[in-house]
Amino acid sequence: MIEVRIHGRGGQGNVVAAYVLATAAFTEGWHAQAFPAFGAERRGAPVVAFVRLNDKPIRRRCQVAKPDYLIIQDEALLQVPGLIDGLKPDGSVLLNSNKEPGAFAGLMPNNIVTLPATQLALQHLGRPVPNTALLSAFLKLTGLMPTAALGRALEQRFKGAILEKNIALIEAAGDSIDAGAWQEVANA
Amino acid sequence: MLKALEGSQAIAETVMLCRPQVVAAYPITPQTHIVENIAKLVANGRMNCEFVSVESEFSAASLVLGAASAGSRCYTASASQGILLMSEVLYNIAGLRVPMVMTCANRAISAPLSIWNDQQDSMAVRDAGWIQLYCADNQEAVDTTIQAYRISEKTELPVMVCVDGFTLTHTLEPIDIPDQDMVDAFLPPFNFARALNPRNPISVGTLVSPDFYPEARHSHHHALLDAITDIVAADADWQELSGRSAGGLLAADGPDDARIGILTLGSIYGTLSAARDEYTDLPSTRLIRLRAYRPFPADALRRACEGLTDLIVLERALSPGYGGIVAAEVHSALAAMDSTPRIHSFAVGLGGRDIPLELYRKLHDTISSGEVAPFSIIDVDLDKLPMEDRGLGRAVNG
Amino acid sequence: MSTQEISLEKLRVRQPRFEGIESGHRACLGCGEALAARLVTEAAGPDVMIANATGCLEIFTTPWPESAWRLPWMHSLFENTGAIAAGMESALKAQGKPTKVLAFGGDGGTFDIGFQALSGMLERGHNVLYVCFDNEAYMNTGIQRSSSTPHAAMTTTSPPGSERMGKRHLKKDILSIVASHHIPYAATSSVAYPSDIRKKVRRAIAIEGPTFMQIHCPCPLGWGHEGAHSIEVARLAVQTGLFPVIELERRELIGSMPIREPRPVTEYLAMQQRFRHLFAKNDSRAVEELAHIQALADHNIKHFNLRGEGADALDSEGADTVRRGGMRRS
Repeated sequence: MIEVRIHGRGGQGNVVAAYVLATAAFTEGWHAQAFPAFGAERRGAPVVAFVRLNDKPIRRRCQVAKPDYLIIQDEALLQVPGLIDGLKPDGSVLLNSNKEPGAFAGLMPNNIVTLPATQLALQHLGRPVPNTALLSAFLKLTGLMPTAALGRALEQRFKGAILEKNIALIEAAGDSIDAGAWQEVANA
Repeated sequence: MLKALEGSQAIAETVMLCRPQVVAAYPITPQTHIVENIAKLVANGRMNCEFVSVESEFSAASLVLGAASAGSRCYTASASQGILLMSEVLYNIAGLRVPMVMTCANRAISAPLSIWNDQQDSMAVRDAGWIQLYCADNQEAVDTTIQAYRISEKTELPVMVCVDGFTLTHTLEPIDIPDQDMVDAFLPPFNFARALNPRNPISVGTLVSPDFYPEARHSHHHALLDAITDIVAADADWQELSGRSAGGLLAADGPDDARIGILTLGSIYGTLSAARDEYTDLPSTRLIRLRAYRPFPADALRRACEGLTDLIVLERALSPGYGGIVAAEVHSALAAMDSTPRIHSFAVGLGGRDIPLELYRKLHDTISSGEVAPFSIIDVDLDKLPMEDRGLGRAVNG
Repeated sequence: MSTQEISLEKLRVRQPRFEGIESGHRACLGCGEALAARLVTEAAGPDVMIANATGCLEIFTTPWPESAWRLPWMHSLFENTGAIAAGMESALKAQGKPTKVLAFGGDGGTFDIGFQALSGMLERGHNVLYVCFDNEAYMNTGIQRSSSTPHAAMTTTSPPGSERMGKRHLKKDILSIVASHHIPYAATSSVAYPSDIRKKVRRAIAIEGPTFMQIHCPCPLGWGHEGAHSIEVARLAVQTGLFPVIELERRELIGSMPIREPRPVTEYLAMQQRFRHLFAKNDSRAVEELAHIQALADHNIKHFNLRGEGADALDSEGADTVRRGGMRRS
């Protein structure tokens, strides 16, 4: 079973990211589960969502305490204490940032990949919502499923111009990523 | 058709399939997505009903009572504070023997204020005279909602379908939504014999003197007991049609040699089931998930507990100043067994506290001494409380 | 006691203000309600006791173990604020204390679920100032419609679609209903006019008896605009005539903020995503609804006699201020 924890700030589409990832996996034949941990969230407040992917039905409903992957939608969240708690020793982090991964090496011993997701989103969507770009990069890194699965999941949620722009965005985000860099861990 | 859906969305689509004519809605976390999805279905012409955004839960329950009394199948949903606010109406609906179905998106009760999941709300109205069915996952929520309409309209008792708030309502997972034909085959059109009708006028809700009140309550109580047959039949019929059971009165699973049992209501089952598979070093355990809570399936429970030496009753509520609510009722039911297991009573996950896999081990460790400890909230962290609030060193069972 | 010389120019900036609400609360960027609550408590001063309904204000100011309130404050439930306040007032009266009771609720807690308790409190004449922070929907639970939601607005329970054009019903005229309880003072205000809010709060507090204020508070998330545009949106609501700023004493209209150049409602509506279905191309329903809303605005202007004439030395409209600062056009 693969467990992902997605950290974001209210308004960045954190919960939608989790739902979309799970839906994409479902279209590829995975068993999938996604849910948020709600606080009294407001725009800007830290929010967390969880995703589980498995080849068998998923029965547990506890929060993900030991994620294989972290997707962090906002660099500022690294200041929140305990954010990366529980990340497996060989776990990896995908971080929305314009900086190179080296800038974060001191923070955690894990494998970090950065993606300027907000920039890409502004470019393609005109809005700073980084979730779909990050999901696309995540899929490319892990090789879990093709980008097309993400497209299918987005089709269920969006229509018209917003859908087209998101499709373009996920292509662009995926292209900028080293495909399969995390594949070994994903297949473990 | 199997789709990846948020629980709330699945419930909304299921309600649509049941063809209610009147839906009353008042928003309260975590039920909001259910009524919002219904609003969208209505706005897009997919659902043909009177969708009424009322001004409080008290009015929501009152509105559906009026609607059902006037001969329409209806629906509403609420949680927590809303359940309490409408509680007077809930007693009224059940006492008047009006059929309807509502979803309770289980959530903790203020104070302290909490928007998160536990079952204090539905437990608080267990005596209102409704049928209460608890769902262990979103598929059960879908199937139970459909069955609820049949059970309710057959027994003339309202049915509360309890679905853990956030834990189920806001979780996206693969759910099979039956097609309209299947639901139409299962649910006959709404036909309430005692609906108000100018052609056959009756008076509903009259003052009843002591000369007849006990008889009315006797009839109500026995109607609930008799409903056990209908709950079983509905699930059996649904299984034939859909291939799926929604859990009957209760479901028990585990190795035949299990001597320890854990009884729960709702979604916590999933985590315990996964934990049982993980912690293979722990003794064999039977997991019993109660689906029907009212009427209370005493016979079925006794059968399910055969051979157990220990039964852990793990609930998501409590009666402050007493202890476990379900545990007390289980005690009473199992007292009639030739060999009654030791009954261990705990509350867990109050106010939405996350329930980790490790709870399973903790439960086993806690009961391993063979003693039966007094009721406790098993996941409380006393270090968070000042010394004088820890409830230690005081006389108990006074 | 030390004294300090302050020049007249700096005096307005330097004058001490009472802060009843501390910063660091969890409201969204640009929250109209947070601003309104700050202005109300500033004007009310420290000798108050607050009963607060369930809603955004209560949630974002008191995430346990923190609180933003520097005033005695209580949240009980959603529907009973009027009754809680009445209880506080009764006790303070019995104790002979001059502390003023304030009741705070959103539109949901005032127009809908809390209506009964409000009516009772007003009818019995309790000495309470009830402030309704009106952001026109149940925002705390995720933007569902209330009876304060304006006609044709989109909310999650009044979504537009092939069969619907947003909320079907009109915005409830709470002020008239409240005023019909024969109370000494009932007024509307808007966060676009902070001095107006402060003036009216002070006026209300000085009155012995039930008083009521309805303050229009934009909600960027719920209305669908940038937090930076909240004040502009609020001002347009007033300048179109859709949200009249008026004062009633025992049902008589005794004051209103004049509109010198009424703006067409489309200017206000176009700034908010919750009305975007009214600008859909080739939808005759949209055209019809825009006309509807304009008619509502025109009716308000006529009914409350809002049409002002000529220049006003006090510049109460604030339009010139906005022009000086630069109107956002994007």
